[in-house]
Amino acid sequence: MSAAVASSSLLPELIQHFSHIITVFLMVSGLYIVIARGNLIKKLVGLSVFQTSVYLLYIAPGKIIGGTAPILASQYGVYSNPLPHVLILTAIVVGVATLALGLTLAVRLREAYGTIEEDEILALDQQAELEE
Amino acid sequence: MIKRALALLLVLALGGLFASLMSAYAPDPELNPTARYYAEHTAQDLGAANLVTAIIVTYRGLDTLGEVTVLFLTAAIVGLVLAQSRRRIPHQPVPGGELLATGTRLLTPLILLLGVYVFVNGHLTPGGGFQGGAILASGVLLVLLADPVKPFSHGLISVIESLAGTLYVLIGLAGLALAGGFLDNRILPLGEFGQLFSAGAIPVIYSLIGLKVGAEFASMLASLSETEDL
Repeated sequence: MSAAVASSSLLPELIQHFSHIITVFLMVSGLYIVIARGNLIKKLVGLSVFQTSVYLLYIAPGKIIGGTAPILASQYGVYSNPLPHVLILTAIVVGVATLALGLTLAVRLREAYGTIEEDEILALDQQAELEE
Repeated sequence: MIKRALALLLVLALGGLFASLMSAYAPDPELNPTARYYAEHTAQDLGAANLVTAIIVTYRGLDTLGEVTVLFLTAAIVGLVLAQSRRRIPHQPVPGGELLATGTRLLTPLILLLGVYVFVNGHLTPGGGFQGGAILASGVLLVLLADPVKPFSHGLISVIESLAGTLYVLIGLAGLALAGGFLDNRILPLGEFGQLFSAGAIPVIYSLIGLKVGAEFASMLASLSETEDL
């Protein structure tokens, strides 16, 4: 019984902050992938996950209670805030651009070192320095 | 191992900090003054139904020009960096299967059509030049997957890209001469609200952006696909 009461007071709270929970989860997991993984492609995936959390962070507060998509129509009077959408469209495009550049550099590194593992690249660099 | 545990602790602490910042959030009951200005003035000023498109193409058109420039630079740098790695010996990639080849023939025209639909209707429905351009590039990606040996016409792509970019800037300059300022959409009649041919130059500008973005993404994908498997 008490568990049911606790969940009934927790549930609206959870629903209200659902987008924030997802945002924080995506941010934390993206950042962790960037730090903990040595593979450069996986780092880029982590960076994309992190970026997604930023998109969500901006888009979610743009919602107005009872508002529709920001497209004018005679039958609606309340619209969501269009400004976050505009900002995030720019952010998405720039995010794709950085991802493409990162992948390109990963391709070049693979050609130069034969690997895209960060620690192996560092070891190769150290080896080359010692030989000099 | 210690490094990973430390990283985990760090990101968890950061996540906790972030979550506590957002715990006091409550949704807004109404638009803030800036957004309300756009919501109230877009229809009579610009004649576009999609507020996001109106802001991107006209109110903040200069930013969008900068954004397209960022994409152009990226496509150029990707091409430049990967140009050194393209070897003379053509490699023999595994050809795509029958299913992929037939599916590509069926789907590519439809995908391209959807992309064009999305950017031509950018001022009326969700979507626009960037989204439509990405859809166009996904059609190109399908072709590249199905037939990796097929020679890809970088010349055609760069002609489309530079033509669209030049026309975009010229339309912006026409706005300076004929209407209120750079990238003003009222160089063409606003027309009837909600029709395809309305909102002045917005559909034209967004179609050009769509073509340009599609061409840029396509050239990036082609450059990446032409690198050699080691």
